[in-house]
Parts: sequence; structure tokens; C-alpha cells
Amino acid sequence: MTGASVRSLDDIAARLDAMMVAPDDVLVAGSSALADELLALGEAILEIWLAARGTTPTMRTVEGFRLLGLHRAGAKGDPSFNACRETCRELVYHRNLVRLDPANADTVRRLRLGAMVAKHLSLFVGGKLETAGLGEFCCSSRPLRQHETHAQPGTA
Amino acid sequence: MSGKYANVAYYPGCALEGTGHAYNRSTKELGKALGLKLTELANWNCCGAMEVKNIDPKLQTYLSARNLAIAEEMGFDTVMAPCNGCYHNLKKAEYDLANDAPSREVTDRLARKAGHKTYAAGKVETIHALDWIKQAIGEDGLKARVKNSLKGLRVANYYGCMYTRPRHIFPEKDRGQGSESTAKPHFMDDLLAAAGAENVEYPLKTACCGGAHTLSDSDTSTKLVLNLLTTAEACGADVIATECPTCHTGLEMHQVRAEKVFGRKTSVKILYFTQLLGMALGLSARKVGVHENLSDASDLLRARRLG
Repeated sequence: MTGASVRSLDDIAARLDAMMVAPDDVLVAGSSALADELLALGEAILEIWLAARGTTPTMRTVEGFRLLGLHRAGAKGDPSFNACRETCRELVYHRNLVRLDPANADTVRRLRLGAMVAKHLSLFVGGKLETAGLGEFCCSSRPLRQHETHAQPGTA
Repeated sequence: MSGKYANVAYYPGCALEGTGHAYNRSTKELGKALGLKLTELANWNCCGAMEVKNIDPKLQTYLSARNLAIAEEMGFDTVMAPCNGCYHNLKKAEYDLANDAPSREVTDRLARKAGHKTYAAGKVETIHALDWIKQAIGEDGLKARVKNSLKGLRVANYYGCMYTRPRHIFPEKDRGQGSESTAKPHFMDDLLAAAGAENVEYPLKTACCGGAHTLSDSDTSTKLVLNLLTTAEACGADVIATECPTCHTGLEMHQVRAEKVFGRKTSVKILYFTQLLGMALGLSARKVGVHENLSDASDLLRARRLG
């Protein structure tokens, strides 16, 4: 999936919100496809992050999953991006739970939780994009301070 | 009680003297109730937090190292830091001093200039409040002391992102049975389960709380917290248990803000794990500082006959 070129984070979030409130029978009927879609949406979110940093999103996999490969690529040179490492792993886990046993009585709940996990990834990346170019730690306000420092008197 | 960590140095850090005061109070009361001795570091300073680390990571290493030097001078080989940020920074300083010569040089130079003894890596072990209770008392020890079981209380354990990250500064984690996991932390789950709580499966236990954006981009923080809260509710949780003052305050503040700004009300309560354990040991809600929380859990606690 090359989600970055066709979807925005807002589109992805809207799709995830729709999944969360979808009727149970819809989730049951499409469980395997929806589980794969969750993973693809996660990949699309990370593609957006990588593309925004001028990096071509990798097709490499880590532990068999491109999502984890994209995460690793996204954290390169930005250790604070590792704050979403376990979120990515949880997304893979929820996708696997559904794919391995789609008829399980807990499938609807697993899909909804998977959508919530993917939503968190989307919000996290959205926040990171807002502050892209910050220092090596996630709560740096360096660019804001640099902006203030570099601003000429009277121009602020 | 194993004896390990029964008498440790205590580094509360700045947050526990301000917004996280309830965590400070409940940690001390819990220690007292369990017969564990905490001795606060004399004349401690800021760990370097996020602000210093972003500008000058080596200065942050020095600031944290000074606290470790104080612990050593006071005769302790262990310092307990309940705040994830402080815990992370002291661990990072320890790692840097062991592995990075320029960090050692800066720390030594600044210590000389400030006129105190420098700190060399390997003298003092930094532990979290979770390590402290887990290792000093353990689940069996807790079970034996519970007077007011948390039975029936459904808890989502929220660890935040800094308790396990980055992995390389926590060499004691991921060591197999009995050790903490960086991928799926469980110490808080273990302790609360020992006190009778029913832990729910919570997929966002180490996810970002948006603390970084609180001042610069409050809406992002609110949306992240709202997702943490709604996910906890979807998991069936009555309470989110926390072990970091920054995460805790963020969850509380943005729960209120989510309702005001986005019209999204959530009812899950937010309590420090030390408050829950304290009440399980029979301490009153007031004693563990529940009245200092922004999140009003009084109805839930009354219904459960806690505190």
C-alpha cells in the first residue's frame, strides 16, 4: 500500500473512527480484511512521517512486518520516535489475533481496540509532524526558542 | 521481605514537590506501611529534566550525576526515583558516564568547579518505585499484608513511554523471568494483582501521553490522552493506574480539557499505583493524597469501600 500518496492523516483517522463505531456484524463479516486494513493504515501513517522527512518509505520488513520496518526507518536519527515502537507492535499483535482466529468471540473487540491503537499512532505522528525538526528529545521546544532568539528586535 | 531495597536513598524530583505531590505523599506512606526506609537525598537538584537535556545533554548528565554523588556520599548504593523522567535521566547519566568519555570529562570539570565530589559510574544503582516494591516486598509479601483487597476493581496499567525507553539504559530489564520487560512491562500489573485488582488488557500501556506537547500544542495532547482514556474504557477499566507524575497530571488535565474543548466526557478514574496499594494496605484515601488528585475518584472508592 502506498497510503502516503493517496491519504492524509485526517482521512486515515476518519477511517479508523468509522471502524470503531461500525456495527458488530460488519466487523465480523469483514474481520480478516479489516485486520489487514488496520495494518495497512498503520503503514500509511508511517509512510507519511517518512515522506515528510524526505525519506522514501522502505519496503523492508522487520520480524515479517513492513510496519515494523517503517518504524525502524522512522526512528533513524530521531530516537524520540521510539515512543511509538510498542504502539506499532500492538497494532501487529491485534492484527495477528484477528487473522489467526477470525471466528473468535472476541474478534469485534480486538478490531475496535486495533483501531484505537492505530488511532494513537496517527495522533502521535500528527503531533510529531507539528513539531518536526525539533531536537533529539520529544518535548524539545528548540525551534521555538531558536525562532525567538533569531528574531530581529521589532519583528516578533 | 527480601531485605533488598529495604533502606534506600529517595530522589523525589521536582514534579513530586508540585503537581505530583500526591505521588510523593503516597510513596512515602506506602513505604512506611511496608516497613521500608526512604532517606531523601540532602540538597538534591533537578535531574536535568527535558529542558536541559534538549539544550545540553552533557550538562543534564552532570546534574543527574550530582544527585548520584550525593547518594554515594550519604552511604547509599541505591537511589529510588518514582518519576519516570527522573528515573530515566539518572539511568541515562549512569550509562553515559560508563560509556562516554566526554560526558565523564564534563561531569568531572563541573563537579570540580562547583566544589563537590564527582561521580563515577557503577557506585549507585537507580531504581523506580515499581522496582522498589517488587523487589523489597514482592507479590507474596503484599498479599500477606492486604487488609482491604482491590478485588473487583478493573485496572488499566499505564506505564508511559519513558519507563522502558531507550532500552540500552536499562540493562537490568529483559533478563527473563523475574525481570521487567521493555516490550510488555508488567511490574505494576503484578503488584496491583497481588493486592486483588483485576488488570485489564490495555494495548496502550507504553504509548505516548502527549506530555511533550502540553504547552506548545495542547490539542494534540488532549487528543492523545482522550484516546488513552477511551481505550481504557473500551478495555473495561474503572481506573487507570499511573507511575509517573507527568503522565498522571496530563491524563487528569486533559480528561477535563477533552470534555471542555471536544465535548468528550470519560469517566475512568486516574490514581497512582502507590495510592491503590496504600488503600489496599488499609491506609485512608486522605493519607495517600487522593484529595490532591484532580480526577475525583471518591464515588468509586466509596462504592468499593476503599480508603
